[in-house]
Amino acid sequence: MSYVVPSDLRYTKTHEWVKDLGGNHYRIGITDYASKHIGDVTYVSLPEVENTLRREESVCVIETVKSSEDVYNPIAGVVVAENSAVLNDAPETINTDCYDEGWLYEVKASSADDYESLMDAEAYKKFLAELGD
Amino acid sequence: MRYLPNTPAEVEEMLAAIGVTSLRDLFACIPSEVLLKEPPALPPAMSEMEIERHMNELGAQNTGAAMLSFLGGGCYRHYCPSLIDQMLIRSEFYTAYTPYQAEASQGTLRAIFEYQTMVADLLGMDVSNASMYDGATAAAEAMMMALRNDRKKRTRIVVASTIHPHYLETLKTYLTGSGGEIALMDLDHQTGRIAERELAKINEDTAAVLFQYPNWFGIIENLTAIAQAASTTGAWLIPVVIETTALGVLTPPGALGADVAVGEGQPLGLPLNFGGPGVGLFATKNEHVRKMPGRLVGKTVDREGNECFVLTLAAREQHIKREKATSNICTNQGLMALAVAMYLATMGKEGLRRVALMNLKRRDMLIKALAPTKARPAFSGPAYNEVTILLPMKAEEVVRQMAAEGILAGIPASRYHPVLENLLITATTEIHTPADIERFAATLAKIIGG
Amino acid sequence: MTYSSNAISDIKFREEVIFERSRRGRIAFSLPQEDLADAENLLPPDLRRETLPLPELSEVDVVRHYTRLSTYNFSIDHTFYPLGSCTMKYNPKINEKVARLSAFTDLHPETPSARAQGTLRMMYELQAMLAEIGGFAAVSLAPAAGAHGEYAGLGIIRTYFQKKGDLKRKKVIIPDSAHGTNPASCTLNGFETVELTSGPDGKVPLASLKEMLTDEVAALMLTNPNTLGVFETDICAITKACHDAGALVYGDGANLNALIGIARPGDMGIDVMHFNLHKTFSTPHGGGGPGAGPVGVAKHLVDFLPTPFVLKNGDYYEVAAPRETMGRVRSFFGNVGIMLRAYVYLRELGHEHIATVAEHAVLNANYIKAKLRGTYNIKYPNDTLHEVVFDDSKLPNHVTTMDVAKALIDRGYHPPTVYFPLIVHGALMVEPTETESKETLDGFIAAMKDIAEKAAQDPQSILSAPAKSHIKRPDETQAARKPILTHKP
Repeated sequence: MSYVVPSDLRYTKTHEWVKDLGGNHYRIGITDYASKHIGDVTYVSLPEVENTLRREESVCVIETVKSSEDVYNPIAGVVVAENSAVLNDAPETINTDCYDEGWLYEVKASSADDYESLMDAEAYKKFLAELGD
Repeated sequence: MRYLPNTPAEVEEMLAAIGVTSLRDLFACIPSEVLLKEPPALPPAMSEMEIERHMNELGAQNTGAAMLSFLGGGCYRHYCPSLIDQMLIRSEFYTAYTPYQAEASQGTLRAIFEYQTMVADLLGMDVSNASMYDGATAAAEAMMMALRNDRKKRTRIVVASTIHPHYLETLKTYLTGSGGEIALMDLDHQTGRIAERELAKINEDTAAVLFQYPNWFGIIENLTAIAQAASTTGAWLIPVVIETTALGVLTPPGALGADVAVGEGQPLGLPLNFGGPGVGLFATKNEHVRKMPGRLVGKTVDREGNECFVLTLAAREQHIKREKATSNICTNQGLMALAVAMYLATMGKEGLRRVALMNLKRRDMLIKALAPTKARPAFSGPAYNEVTILLPMKAEEVVRQMAAEGILAGIPASRYHPVLENLLITATTEIHTPADIERFAATLAKIIGG
Repeated sequence: MTYSSNAISDIKFREEVIFERSRRGRIAFSLPQEDLADAENLLPPDLRRETLPLPELSEVDVVRHYTRLSTYNFSIDHTFYPLGSCTMKYNPKINEKVARLSAFTDLHPETPSARAQGTLRMMYELQAMLAEIGGFAAVSLAPAAGAHGEYAGLGIIRTYFQKKGDLKRKKVIIPDSAHGTNPASCTLNGFETVELTSGPDGKVPLASLKEMLTDEVAALMLTNPNTLGVFETDICAITKACHDAGALVYGDGANLNALIGIARPGDMGIDVMHFNLHKTFSTPHGGGGPGAGPVGVAKHLVDFLPTPFVLKNGDYYEVAAPRETMGRVRSFFGNVGIMLRAYVYLRELGHEHIATVAEHAVLNANYIKAKLRGTYNIKYPNDTLHEVVFDDSKLPNHVTTMDVAKALIDRGYHPPTVYFPLIVHGALMVEPTETESKETLDGFIAAMKDIAEKAAQDPQSILSAPAKSHIKRPDETQAARKPILTHKP
């Protein structure tokens, strides 16, 4: 099974993607692999703007009929935006368009350190191949 | 044994198919040191006739069941329409399982959807769940919901001390594992409500305010003042309605701006049953729906477009969220919720209103009947169907003497509040006739003078 | 076989929600004639309700509505419910008759004890019988359901360590096969859960457990037999290891039907356990309750039981509070009406028959296992007792457990428990109970074999099941995305 892995993003082992928007400002979502494995999304609970998030903290929950999946925050910082405008009415956007319209939230970090430590597209592709799924 | 269909011959066949020689071989995996040599020491087996005789003997010792009773205090005797039990005894309802398989359970699911609707409407809220165990655990769960979702992560819970003592104890128990603390608002001995100055305890640190409506003394609190205090501080307002027939005439919790409204459904068509099973009502605002505990039934369509019902928003519950669940509740009070729905459907708009008016009237009749005696209503506040009576002697003693005359007069307040020795809490409902009330007053007069 | 039709003429009712039957002016109640004109004035105007949006129906409407709704349900009285871990045994009718005696239904919980001796004696004797069956020193009947019993049991454990001053113990070890209520109950008590991975045989691996038993562990929470139906053969060593490390063992009694009368959890070292009266003890499931979850404890925990319980003083039964009680977990005494049913059941079984329940329950489950093990995969086949967990791994053509469940509905059976426990992918947990006959089991076995065969030869018929039910494959995704939880006119 092959999954879409855009080359301009960075990735975590728990299948979150991060887009560098410049000036330590990052956008976060879940990857094609995750969105295909999770099932039909029925609801997303997003972190609130102005909340301070730690790295690897579970800040966002994605629900389907039969499951509840935690999103582990990859970049420590302050929440500056969240995508409830799209996801409240159409949570299934995470399944259909996880890299674009289905983004989750944005964070302003104090440095680029967390971002730099993440896997790039090639490393993530290799990681997925090892999962063998 | 009549519940074990398989004959010895069939047992032999089955053992052979399995490949063992005796029933006990099937327990080979159990360590011999814990296998019982003898079955547990239960009394000898009884046939159906013996059981009936025995249970009637036991029943005869419940002398309080047939006495003229004015007991209230969280559990109330009301008219239970006969159709309820006739419908409830249908096997398809009471021997059915939890409706996880929607195709096999549309009867239950549809009935619970109707229950949710009627309870939400009765409480004046947006949405109700499919039930909790009782009013006390519903209140505890509402309190936990407030603590978990409070934006400012506050831990203070303010509770009116005029709440049912069991409910207060239950709140305290549930708080023990959750790291919060309770501040009690004290009673005003004049009005029977919480004292005005006590509202100041609802402060900027308060996550939620809980109060009983009408309260344990039968009195209705100053609702607007409490609602105001809650809204100013952003604390969740959680009214607790135990005598739910009162909602036939009283303004519902939703109209007060309640964040969560909880209650006890026993007065709505369920027998006393020594306090259980009752049913916990739990309703909230739309914005809180995904944080509420308990099962929820939702409407949807099937693959052919037919309207149908399913358990929904299960992602909140324990079987999915596990240690992160909103609550651990699984089995609730399904059949009792069905009974409440049947009661509300049977009484309807007009019937529930009439019941409530009859209750109001009987309280008034009791007070008037007491006028010639040395007993007085203790409190001046507005009320529904319970009156706290101030006696010229200890209420426990009066209750003892009334019982000797065949009347269960009420609950001595000192049973839970030791200082309130001369107060007796008495409930009158549509069950009581004018003659019952006259008999109460006449018997009381004999004991206390009049 | 259809479950939604009138058996006489095959009419399928399409009953609307009850609100659609409402008509202005219809009534279904009967109250005495009375002038209530002045009664409303007894309330100040600002306390009076403006509208009461309840339906207006005649008694005939109400009765027809609920009668028709009932025809849309399966029930034990109709058919077999092989639901693993639910113990859907037959609900005796004598229980229902006794529970309706007015001497019991009309008793108010604030009745002075001297006038409630019948019910109090029943409760005392039930406490004693459950203690005897479980191997415990005392029982509280207060909890309203199994999960409530778990909450209380963990509360007992919390209180025990608190009183001892042993405040480091904040963790509870739970196997990955556990029911979701187990970790949820821990969280409610302020415990942190630590997951224990089951061994290749589906059991608790003793060595791993010992490594996890630090001085921060308050308890191990265990179901035995576990949710795979597998008996923890090392149970005595497991409980000993916990006790040696200063921890307690909580037993989830959901699967007691495998052991009742044969062996006692208390004898295996379980310190505290809840009973499910609506499982092992025949009280009805009611479409989702009410149940009851009494909790039994070993001697060292008696003082911490939830309040109240019933003690015997000579010939007198009195209500008492355990000396250092963890507190109240609900109002009044518990689900007394449910206790009454369980009491009658145990009096009917008595000493003579109590052991036959587990014997026949385990016989029936092993019979199904023997007959179906060739057809459906069993991931953990050894040492199973009263239930067996199959899965869909051997089914061809993408037929899943969900499809098998729907196909069983077409064949007139309620499906088994599906997709639980989580450690078996596509789990199909079958627990027949002792109240089913060989011919019912044979019918179920034939249906399961037929489904497997059709999965190979006519998969579409299984993938598209159910074909015969009133409604077919509801859209649960839509129900969760756009919840409609109340009727809007």
